[in-house]
Amino acid sequence: MLKRKRFIFAILAILPTLAIFAYVRLYPIADTLRLSLYQWNILSKNKPFVGLANFRELMGDHLFISALVNTTIIAFGVLILTIPMALVIAALIFHRTRSKMAGFYETAVFIPHVVSLVPAAMAWKWIFDARLGPLNALLDFFGLPMQNWLFDPVLSVICIIILCSWQALGYAVLIYIVGFKNLPVSLYEAAKLDGASGPQSFWHLSIPMLKPITLYVSVVTLVSGFNVYAQAFVLASDAQGAPGRQVRVLVLDMLENSFRNYRVGYAASEAVVLLVIVLVLTLIQFSMLRERGKA
Amino acid sequence: MTIEAAMNKKTAHIEPSAEELAEGVRLRRRKRLTNLAIDIFLVIVSILMLLPLVFLVANAFKTPAEMLAWPPTIIPRDPTIANFSAVLGETPLLRWIGNSLAFAVLSTVAIVATSAIAGYIFGKFRFRTMNVIFALFLATAIVPFEVYMIPLYFQAKSLGILNSVWGLLLGYLVMSFGIFLIRQNVIHSIPDELLEAARIDGAGEFWIFLHIVLPLLRGALGALAVLAFFQAWTAFAWPMIVATTRSSYTIEVGLALFQTGFTVDLGRLSAASATVLIPSILLFVLLRRNFVQGVASTGLKE
Repeated sequence: MLKRKRFIFAILAILPTLAIFAYVRLYPIADTLRLSLYQWNILSKNKPFVGLANFRELMGDHLFISALVNTTIIAFGVLILTIPMALVIAALIFHRTRSKMAGFYETAVFIPHVVSLVPAAMAWKWIFDARLGPLNALLDFFGLPMQNWLFDPVLSVICIIILCSWQALGYAVLIYIVGFKNLPVSLYEAAKLDGASGPQSFWHLSIPMLKPITLYVSVVTLVSGFNVYAQAFVLASDAQGAPGRQVRVLVLDMLENSFRNYRVGYAASEAVVLLVIVLVLTLIQFSMLRERGKA
Repeated sequence: MTIEAAMNKKTAHIEPSAEELAEGVRLRRRKRLTNLAIDIFLVIVSILMLLPLVFLVANAFKTPAEMLAWPPTIIPRDPTIANFSAVLGETPLLRWIGNSLAFAVLSTVAIVATSAIAGYIFGKFRFRTMNVIFALFLATAIVPFEVYMIPLYFQAKSLGILNSVWGLLLGYLVMSFGIFLIRQNVIHSIPDELLEAARIDGAGEFWIFLHIVLPLLRGALGALAVLAFFQAWTAFAWPMIVATTRSSYTIEVGLALFQTGFTVDLGRLSAASATVLIPSILLFVLLRRNFVQGVASTGLKE
């Protein structure tokens, strides 16, 4: 009787949240999957079922392919730049954790992660600016050739990677610091007694012990890298009001197909590709963690 | 007597020689030097991380002539607030900030409320139905917002709430991670005995939630609130498609579209950006502990 009463309370309490959740999450996710199999032009009334035709078309769509390639390069570029730097910076901040400066270091490294994307991207846009920017001024000062950073297709991808890494670094450092704090102190003391130096115990103890954290941070960084949009929108747009012409990324291509070309079904199939990428990355993380658990 | 002798002998043995003393001093000095080197490195890293933002704020105070000077200056030679007054006079900057604030506050309230209730239910009412629902919440947490925002846009459209703060809110009503965070806290910090005792005293379930559970969750809810606020405040893709009229832009969208206009005035753009950045950085520094607690707990998901 009492249990039944508690059950009714639980159902009643969860119902509003569940209803909202179903409406703003479950339904649109299911709708994305469904729409990807339809050809839906916003302007026309009928939505014919086309099976996997959208996906087949994606394979030959050079705009989509270039968006996919750019996005993948950006995501992995950010990963390669961020993880080693974050690990070293976190180790050093953790080493100095008792000094008065530790709070300052943490805050300074983390601020880029919390500030709004667009103003921050604006700051970098000026730094990379070919005519006015300090980066070219610095190159010039050292007698190096100045670059057209934001207009060269390769260099502009590098600029986006730098901007994204600058933002991702703080999060990774913070998670690593938590990881360092949870490592057993006794192990390090034992290593020290055996004559291991600081860098040695970092390399042979910390890095292997922090592997689950590295895996987690890597997946988070990759997933947010695959969702890159604002950074490309701000950095790689020219003054003529044609945003994102230089560097196509997945989300941009998706939104353009949906809202500029009115091809919602096609855009949904791109969203499904994005979802599959994210799912695969997450599955890799889980299976690697489980392997570790068994060993 | 023998013990005393032994102790004397031991202390005598421990008494360091001059050489050992010198060795200790050298080790200590070496340690201090390493720490100094580490500090210098970290200070340089910190400055490099902050430098872009410093540049932006400095640019906001430059005159148009100085903006075009080569090589670029770091500190404005002739600081002016003309950019700020121009940008506040010519663009609805305050309106955009107001939109963002309203959106962020409403989203925070919605997320804190839904997470508190759902987290409590999932944490303490372990019926099979509840576990199934929780698994559903968790499974969809992996799906990035960008994947399903286009169908969600059409839902907002059919509700007739495009170009309004309610349309913005639709995408940010719930947060799977928030529910998960509160559930973890409920499990770890609210003992079953406490709830049972209240039930025996005749307290109703709703009373228990309001007067016992919520106060105990204050810290976790605070951390979640800060996360939710910053998440909405910095949202970009969703406001970009939902708010398409000049008066309904959030500050992020307003700035992004402002900078693609035909006449890009870097000084004004920087002034507008600085107006947004400075308060949010101050807010972050004030709420740092809450924020760090919230973000750090995202890493403990496994």
